[in-house]
Amino acid sequence: MERYLSKHFATPDMRRLSVASKHGAYEMLERALKMEPGEVVELVKASGLRGHGGAGFSAGLKWSFVPKDTFPRYVTVNADESEPGTFKDRLILERDPHLLLEGALICAWAVQAETIYIYIRGEYFYPTKVMDAAIEEARQKGYIGERILGSDFSCQVYTHPGAGMYICGEETGLIESLEGKKGQPRFKPPYYPAAIGLWQAPTIVNNVETLAAVPWVMRLGPEKFASLGTPKSGGTCLASLSGSVKNPGVYEIPMGFPLDELIYELGGGPPNGGKVKAVIPGGSSSPILTAEEAKGIKLDFESVADAGSMLGSAAIIVVDESVSIPQMLYWVLRFYAHESCGQCTQCREGTGWMLRLCKRLLDGKGKMRDIDDLDEIADAPDGTTICAFGPAVSWPTKSYLKKFRHEFEALVKE
Amino acid sequence: MNPIPESLEKKAQEIILRYPPEHRSAALVPVLLEAQKIVGCLSPDVEAWAAETLGVTPVRVREVISFYGMMHQKPLGKYHIMFCHNVSCSIQGAESLQDYLETKLGIKAGDVSEDGQFSIAAVECLGACGWGPVMLVGEEQFFQLTAEKIDNIIDELRQGRMPHGDTPTPLIGNVGLPTT
Ligand SMILES: Cc1cc2nc3c(=O)[nH]c(=O)nc-3n(C[C@H](O)[C@H](O)[C@H](O)COP(=O)(O)O)c2cc1C
Ligand code: SF4
Ligand code: FES
Repeated sequence: MERYLSKHFATPDMRRLSVASKHGAYEMLERALKMEPGEVVELVKASGLRGHGGAGFSAGLKWSFVPKDTFPRYVTVNADESEPGTFKDRLILERDPHLLLEGALICAWAVQAETIYIYIRGEYFYPTKVMDAAIEEARQKGYIGERILGSDFSCQVYTHPGAGMYICGEETGLIESLEGKKGQPRFKPPYYPAAIGLWQAPTIVNNVETLAAVPWVMRLGPEKFASLGTPKSGGTCLASLSGSVKNPGVYEIPMGFPLDELIYELGGGPPNGGKVKAVIPGGSSSPILTAEEAKGIKLDFESVADAGSMLGSAAIIVVDESVSIPQMLYWVLRFYAHESCGQCTQCREGTGWMLRLCKRLLDGKGKMRDIDDLDEIADAPDGTTICAFGPAVSWPTKSYLKKFRHEFEALVKE
Repeated sequence: MNPIPESLEKKAQEIILRYPPEHRSAALVPVLLEAQKIVGCLSPDVEAWAAETLGVTPVRVREVISFYGMMHQKPLGKYHIMFCHNVSCSIQGAESLQDYLETKLGIKAGDVSEDGQFSIAAVECLGACGWGPVMLVGEEQFFQLTAEKIDNIIDELRQGRMPHGDTPTPLIGNVGLPTT
């Protein structure tokens, strides 16, 4: 399989500019700076590049939403990577940081922003060190700073650390956090970052992988890039494969790649001759699929949605028969109960309540009624909260209960 | 008030330069993390200093400290261990390994050992799910944990040596050959 984003993950010292330059780093920035910013936006639009942070929104379209004549503008790179099951962005940060920097700088040129903040989760000490060193090297060589490559474009780049809260990956939570506050999401509308973002200024928030794909969009050309994927999702995707598989890891696959092939051929299937019971296709926030439902699906946003879940950050968690689904729901709910930012009652109280009910069932002290209550409480944060964290706990919970109800019922002894 | 170390003052001034002068309060999170690293914890003294330095109210600083999981008002162990207990790691046996670690150190997650050497926090996904179970000791990351690997790490730490973490992350997947 041809690799693009991950092409140089195994190239020794690719994080050093001297090595990256030999492989063409910043050539696409040079090319972009000779184009009109609007042309770059159109090119990215035509490539079908979609966000890899979770929502799958068209990158070029997002860039085109920046209001005319409002300055300054900002680009913030979402390197919070904390959706359970997702571990691909760190490889870009650690192994090919200049690819990300180049993509972010092209984005900054396209939307005419003069500052880029890379928001990296606080636990990524090592990726942050690599990124900081890469920024310094790029600055010394004139790819960052005043009048980049002799053009009249100036842009500064800084990393900014998170401090251990999942919700700061949500784009408006990220912005609040970057402003030095609690990372509590803002209400949309009106706070769509492209219009009203960091310090109320137009701000493009894109995932690491999305921006790292931008130099490839330019190198391959939008048609070629689009043709790698499906008609609705261009390019490739870094799938994070974990759970019950022999070869977990990050795989670069074309958008629309068959899930079965990923799990069985690349991933080697479950270890110890186990059998797949269920698959989570897009991180813990996506509804669970039974082995039956997962069979034959393709990994692109539409196909996974048609199967009743979502591709999200393409974090595929394989669950074999040895794993108890109620136990898994407990792990997931413990996470959401811990990470709720606390602004919305349904989310703050609901997550804790659901966790307690699930625990009671697991402890063998539950009643049939608790299963129904759990299902009903899971409705509360769906579509009623400030941010998408609400549905992200609601949908999976309901899917576990609906598709594996027998496992919950088996816990009730009365 | 205890004096704030000069190195911290200097570091804070460096960090502030990353933000527009009228928005220097944006430096709050990085400055507090730096303070915690240098001073050991975010004591009331540090809080007052951060508020003053960044021109924000003390209550805003308190609010931020209480919000973020990586910020602590009391000192942690010399070696602070963040142990992932989220889904992918748990499928790979993280819970029993966490028990193993707790028994070995004689403390539970959330505690600091009496001699101040160790503390453990059970944390959510650390972004290394394919290489689980996973933990951080201070700033070093350790992947594919087993009881034996934990023994080796703790033995080193007890001798006062910080073992090298698994950096960079192992290559598994179609981006290279498996390392194990
Ligand atoms: C609860 C929650 C957590 C999120 N966490 C992340 C994250 O860790 N990383 C990320 O890139 N996007 C995350 N997102 C998605 C962002 O809000 C946003 O859509 C994304 O960064 C946009 O970039 P993209 O268009 O390139 O995907 C999260 C969203 C929600 C609702
Ligand atoms: S849904 Fe939850 S995480 Fe999102 S704003 Fe409301 S309380 Fe915070
Ligand atoms: S679940 Fe442990 S690192 Fe992701």
